[in-house]
Amino acid sequence: MADVLEQPPARAESPNANSKLKVIDCDIHPSLKTRADLHPFLSKRWQQHLQTYGGHLRTPFTSTTPYPRSSPLLARRDAWPPNGGPPGSDLAFMRRQHLDPINVEFGILQVLDLLVVSQQNQEFGAALQRAINEWQIECWSKPEPRLKASIVVGQDNTEAAVAEIERCATTGKYVQVNVSPRANEPLGRRRYWPLYAVTEAANLPLGIHVGGYGGHAPTGSGWPSYYNEEHHSNAHSVAAQLSSLVLEGVPERFPKLKFVFIEGGFGWAPALTWRLDKHWQRFRDEVPHVRRPPSEYVRERFWFTTQPIEEPENSGHLRDVLEWIGIDRLLFSSDYPHWDYDDARFAFKTPLTEAERAKIFNANARALYRLG
Amino acid sequence: MGHHVVATTSEIAPGGNKVVTLEGREIVVFHVNGQFFALLNRCPHEGAPLARAACVAHLSSDEPGQFKRTRIGEMLRCAWHGWEFDMRTGQSYCDPARVRVRSYPVAIATGETLAKGPYVAETFPVTVQESYVLVHV
Repeated sequence: MADVLEQPPARAESPNANSKLKVIDCDIHPSLKTRADLHPFLSKRWQQHLQTYGGHLRTPFTSTTPYPRSSPLLARRDAWPPNGGPPGSDLAFMRRQHLDPINVEFGILQVLDLLVVSQQNQEFGAALQRAINEWQIECWSKPEPRLKASIVVGQDNTEAAVAEIERCATTGKYVQVNVSPRANEPLGRRRYWPLYAVTEAANLPLGIHVGGYGGHAPTGSGWPSYYNEEHHSNAHSVAAQLSSLVLEGVPERFPKLKFVFIEGGFGWAPALTWRLDKHWQRFRDEVPHVRRPPSEYVRERFWFTTQPIEEPENSGHLRDVLEWIGIDRLLFSSDYPHWDYDDARFAFKTPLTEAERAKIFNANARALYRLG
Repeated sequence: MGHHVVATTSEIAPGGNKVVTLEGREIVVFHVNGQFFALLNRCPHEGAPLARAACVAHLSSDEPGQFKRTRIGEMLRCAWHGWEFDMRTGQSYCDPARVRVRSYPVAIATGETLAKGPYVAETFPVTVQESYVLVHV
């Protein structure tokens, strides 16, 4: 952090002057203006259900999260559109505040509205995921072709998720399948494997964006007290999911499937893989289906988005972590319009060569998502 | 370099702010507890505009269960990542030894003084009846 004062000031007249690089942002959150935005994509029966009952999650509160956040709707305080509606709901304002000044070439949409992945009424959840997936195309990708949709599915209704992935994949309009890191069981469990089979067949990466409420405490140690604690638990959740996927043999069974951890941090990943390798050597007869050291699967098949960027005291340590994971496995993400947004121009406080920047900010995502 | 007349004292409401561009720099002028403070309108962490920061109290605690609210309205809490800065000095509470926002001296002057003195801004109409906020850049 010592060098932050030496950075050039943000230049309003030429916001991307120090970053000619076109950016692929792998985490942008679009929002519904109101729930009625989904009506065109829902049958009358489910419109009425949405209006009358709303969502049903395994957590308290229907209109906020179990952990009250540091800012309303999780958002940057300057991200509320001047014409009304919640942050992320106004495409013109999103272009003006984020896509244009940051020079976003492509943005990958991650929808969190209504936490489709965690709906406990599974029929409603199936209708809702289909509506959300169509809404992404009609209201975001069509008017703004830079924005690419993800197929959002709740994996606990595996049969409906498989059908939805197949339905969406045939359109060729989606770049990823999204599941939750907090479902009823860890992601490696065999009950979820049919999803992985269709995702692999569709040649799409499996995106795992933090969030969702499967009914378990967000940490392995129980329910924390503060948002401060809960925020870190995103990292614990995805670390547990990485172990589950690898040790249950998912990368082994689905050799073409690629995994993307979104917003779960990455500083923890090297230490976890060191430990996984160490124990795999000693106890490999417990998991004989894991034929290679876990770190090899991780190195070849797992990608990590960068936001919220790690901010070690010594910025050289960030550089070390990037190298341990692999410069070619990191994908820039902003998390727009949320409060912990990373600005592509200023977030990386460690030196990168132009070639490395080109990979992290563009080329890695371009190859992974097969963008034009 | 010099003093710039940026506003009348009544123009910026208590708790409010005004953004001005002085010598190519975007500067935000805050009015709090009867005083005015001027800072560069850019968070040194990731560049968010400080004009959109929340003006909060400094909340501290000597032990669990105890807390003190002081400096009410004088702490800026950045609109993005919540970094806090002392409005009076620009000093960061997250990393006080190394990070601060550039701050600029502010003075209040009556229109009468300004009409006589050398500091009249070219573009700001000054009348002798009012008081003005001056920022030194």
